[in-house]
Amino acid sequence: MADAYIYDHVRTPRGRGKKDGSLHEVTSNALATGVLENIRDRNELDTTLVDDVVFGCVDPVKEAGGDITRTAVLQAGYDESVPGVQLNRYCSSGLDSVNFAAAKIMAGVDDVAIGGGVESMSRIGIGAAGNAWPMDPSAALPSYFVPQGISADLIATQYGFSRDDVDAYAVESQKRAAKSWEEGRFKNAIAPVKDVNGLTILDHDEHMRPSTDMQSLASLNASFAMMGEMGGFDGVSLQRYPQLEEVNHVHHAGNSSGIVDGSGAVLLGSEKGGKSMGLKPRARIKAFTNIGSEPNIMLTGPVSVTEKLLKQADMKVEDIDLFELNEAFASVVLRFMQAFEIPHDKINVCGGAIAMGHPLGATGAMILGTVLDELERRDQNTALITLCVGAGMGTATIIERV
Amino acid sequence: MKNFTLDIDADGIALINWDMPGKSMNVIDEVVLEEMDDLIKKVACDEAIKGAVITSGKKAFGAGADLTFLQKMMGEYETVKAKDEQKAAQMLFDGAYRLNQSLRTIEAGDKPWVAAINGTALGGCFEITLACHARVMTDAESATVGLPEAKVGLLPGGGGTQRVSRLVNPQDAMQMLLQGKAHRPTKAKQLNLIHEVVPAADLIERSKQLIRDGLKAKAPWDEKGFKAPLNLWSPAGVQMMSAGNGLLRKETYGNYPNAINIMKCVYEGLQLPFDTALKVESRYFAHTLSTPEAKAMVRTLFVNMQELNKGARRPDVGANKVKKIGVIGAGFMGASIAYVSAKVGIDVVLIDRDQDAADKGKAWSEDTLDKAIKRKRSTEEKKAALLDHITTTTDYASLSDCDLIIEAVFEDKGIKKTVTEQTDAATSDNCIFASNTSTIPISELAKASKNAEKFIGIHFFSPVDKMMLVEIIMGDQTGDEALAMAIDYVLAIKKTPIVVNDTRGFYVNRCVMRYLNESWNMLVEGIPVPMIDNVAKAAGMPVGPLTLNDAVAIDLSQKVIKQTIADLGEDAIDPRHVKLVNMMVDDHGRIGKKAGKGFYDYPPKPAKAKLWPELKEMFPQQDAEDVSVQDIKDRFLYTIAMEAARTVEEGVVSDIREADVGAILGFGFAPYTGGPLSFIDKVGLAAFEKRAKELAKQYGDHFKPTKLISEMAKKGETFYGRFGEQLKSAA
Repeated sequence: MADAYIYDHVRTPRGRGKKDGSLHEVTSNALATGVLENIRDRNELDTTLVDDVVFGCVDPVKEAGGDITRTAVLQAGYDESVPGVQLNRYCSSGLDSVNFAAAKIMAGVDDVAIGGGVESMSRIGIGAAGNAWPMDPSAALPSYFVPQGISADLIATQYGFSRDDVDAYAVESQKRAAKSWEEGRFKNAIAPVKDVNGLTILDHDEHMRPSTDMQSLASLNASFAMMGEMGGFDGVSLQRYPQLEEVNHVHHAGNSSGIVDGSGAVLLGSEKGGKSMGLKPRARIKAFTNIGSEPNIMLTGPVSVTEKLLKQADMKVEDIDLFELNEAFASVVLRFMQAFEIPHDKINVCGGAIAMGHPLGATGAMILGTVLDELERRDQNTALITLCVGAGMGTATIIERV
Repeated sequence: MKNFTLDIDADGIALINWDMPGKSMNVIDEVVLEEMDDLIKKVACDEAIKGAVITSGKKAFGAGADLTFLQKMMGEYETVKAKDEQKAAQMLFDGAYRLNQSLRTIEAGDKPWVAAINGTALGGCFEITLACHARVMTDAESATVGLPEAKVGLLPGGGGTQRVSRLVNPQDAMQMLLQGKAHRPTKAKQLNLIHEVVPAADLIERSKQLIRDGLKAKAPWDEKGFKAPLNLWSPAGVQMMSAGNGLLRKETYGNYPNAINIMKCVYEGLQLPFDTALKVESRYFAHTLSTPEAKAMVRTLFVNMQELNKGARRPDVGANKVKKIGVIGAGFMGASIAYVSAKVGIDVVLIDRDQDAADKGKAWSEDTLDKAIKRKRSTEEKKAALLDHITTTTDYASLSDCDLIIEAVFEDKGIKKTVTEQTDAATSDNCIFASNTSTIPISELAKASKNAEKFIGIHFFSPVDKMMLVEIIMGDQTGDEALAMAIDYVLAIKKTPIVVNDTRGFYVNRCVMRYLNESWNMLVEGIPVPMIDNVAKAAGMPVGPLTLNDAVAIDLSQKVIKQTIADLGEDAIDPRHVKLVNMMVDDHGRIGKKAGKGFYDYPPKPAKAKLWPELKEMFPQQDAEDVSVQDIKDRFLYTIAMEAARTVEEGVVSDIREADVGAILGFGFAPYTGGPLSFIDKVGLAAFEKRAKELAKQYGDHFKPTKLISEMAKKGETFYGRFGEQLKSAA
């Protein structure tokens, strides 16, 4: 089997996912087009070499509908021979796209491929694509559907994380993100978003609130208490976890991932592909996998998928230098650290989605890039990237520098 | 035509009058369906007819489907299914779809139909009116319209799920469909269920006028551009539907296939053209009929309950019109017995040892009615009339012309003996004397009576005004007249009687004790405390055992334990139970909700009750991962079902319908099962016996199958198979 290497990666800065967010004026396809142009231009890539482009997008409707990847490939002026495919595994779509591209390379089907993702949450809106899982009683009832916020609070309840625990985690995420920006750790990855005249629309992550402290977070009300009560969802979770007396609602906007717009791309290739591009590989995709897990608690997939992946790669937790777990909710990360006894200074070391935001379809590709840059900066070797996923799934990838 | 008449007036308007001979209520049965088809054809084809008004010759418009007819359909399904599953399913679907198709011919035809709803229209009968192009309803406040199918395990399969969800706002529509909520005329109009409310006298004329005025023969959903009140894929629709699913699971624990099917009909139906939507509804209706839950619920909650409510257990002696009763003891029980009796126009003499106490008992009725008036549930006139029926006194001589005396004094044999003797001295030999004891054997109390034949137990449940069940207890010597009087009285106050023979705890409380005992076992075993109530509810019980125990009071449990030990000896009670209850009551003063602390802490509202944290310290908690939820569910259902079977075996319960109806009305035993004996039948005797043996091995001898269960398992019998034949129908 061939090895799949990472040759480069870029991402847009993340714009606040609201009407007043800087990237709201930029179409979804333009966001995707931007990173495709950038990764081509800075590598002087002959796009006729690209065998496929795989982008994740979680609400692929309206301008993000059809096959947004092919739309962006054409819009970016790639050679018409370059195909594109959009895939969706909710929040891990961006990482799954990288894995999908890597898989084709490892299988010997492709020599050069781009993985990535895009989401304009301000323009399309979360959930805009519709979903039978919460809606159709035939699907919702047997699988104990609850919204993710309830699941995040359920994790906190089940594994004993208090409001202070999750808030403290969030404060640290903000600090790390601010420090990383200050030190320019993201400089190489960021492809600023520009307008038609070449004027910069956004060149930094604008969701961050570096001044966040315990006190400011304490003033926020739990976001999902009302939903848990009025929608019956707390009751549903207690049916699945009858050992609990109640769901302790601890999450709010300040300790959950931010809603943002953005796009990211990762350039992959075989050894041969790298030679034809004239690029040096930065890391190897060592292993990746997916799992499904209990859908009511929904967001504990990173634990299960990491167990599976370490076994598959014949590795131990200690073999991993840095972990990157998407900060969908603080409790998700705290549970992961608890399960594997991972010290905080080995995980999400540059901050995460609580500070910088989570553009659903793109995040997986973005955080893979972040941790690769950080491995290089620290001169370490191995990282594991993982995300919790809607409906109780998990995706994880291990990369090692070459 | 047997059930309908059709008269065409000078304007060419056909008046169809539905009046089933020999019945007090119109219901939909096979013949009605056939005749309806003929009527629809006649209206469609007769050129002289311009439009039709359908009304009823009874006080009500109609009660719905004849459920015995549906029961027959379900029976046939089982028979055919044994040979050919596909054919059986097709049969059910065809049967279900037929009504939808005929009603759709009314709606999609080119002549206008108006339903003149002259009184209550429920279920299928209301669905007939929903297929008409206009609905005019009487303004009589006693009349309601609604779809109660959900309550007996069914779904509205005559287009109800589709038409209501297209007429009414989503929240009210779901409530109507899932909870069977019925509405009075004004509210029905507000909800868009009916078009006009008029005085009864104008009903037909107004209905005809609508046709003369050119009523369009088109349903709103057959108009171009129709939009249902619930736009499923809008943000509001998504929120409504997903929360609807959440609440549905929260409230039903997924135990009621009919409720889930109703939700599916709405979700899928709203995304379809109307004709296809009706077909989908019929698919789910047929599926619902094929479920054991529907079969069990229709049998217990409709057919059998109706039989008992008609006095199926009444001996064949002259009917009593209960005009006047005496209630002795004006405490909470006595006061509320007086209330429910006076409410139906029975004169009540309410006696207590001093006048103040007696007056206080009557004041309870006044308070209750004042609260009802505040909530617009009663009026000053009704209150005055009710209070007029209650006379308070200390004088036993006032009892001389009572038909029935009910004693509700303190649970003490001595006091009860004195009361019995005083009553005997003041009343005639024909007067029936009933004790409302819940703990003392009737035969023992009857010893104080001058005539044990006229002595009986009438055991009310608290709160009397809410609980629909009354247990009638036969002493060794109780005679037919006493039983007939007790049944006539219970029926008069509109409650459901079950008749049981004398035993400690009678029927209902024996079952309830098993339920509580099992929760005590689990506490002691270290089952994670929240699992006990949570899983009991998941098994279908309305209230968890620890919550129930707090409500009835733990010190009461202690008293019952002490009395049982005094009467039967130490071995009669599990020593772990004695220890647990004594610890709660004596060491910690946690006697229950009345003290604000029992197994739960009860902080002032609106704070919620929370489990007493010490409980999990006292009993080392097992790891939840290692505890089988299925075992907990089975333990609760099996221990109660086994007790119910024991009461049948011992002859305490002699009519199996009463065991099922009594358990559901008395303490809410998992209604989807149709009651404990239906539950055993559904599991199958052999499987039940096998599982009970497993539970006995792991959790105690009280799960050991009884002799009768083992015998029936061996012979391949069921309770309704073995005992069903001999059941008596109401006269």
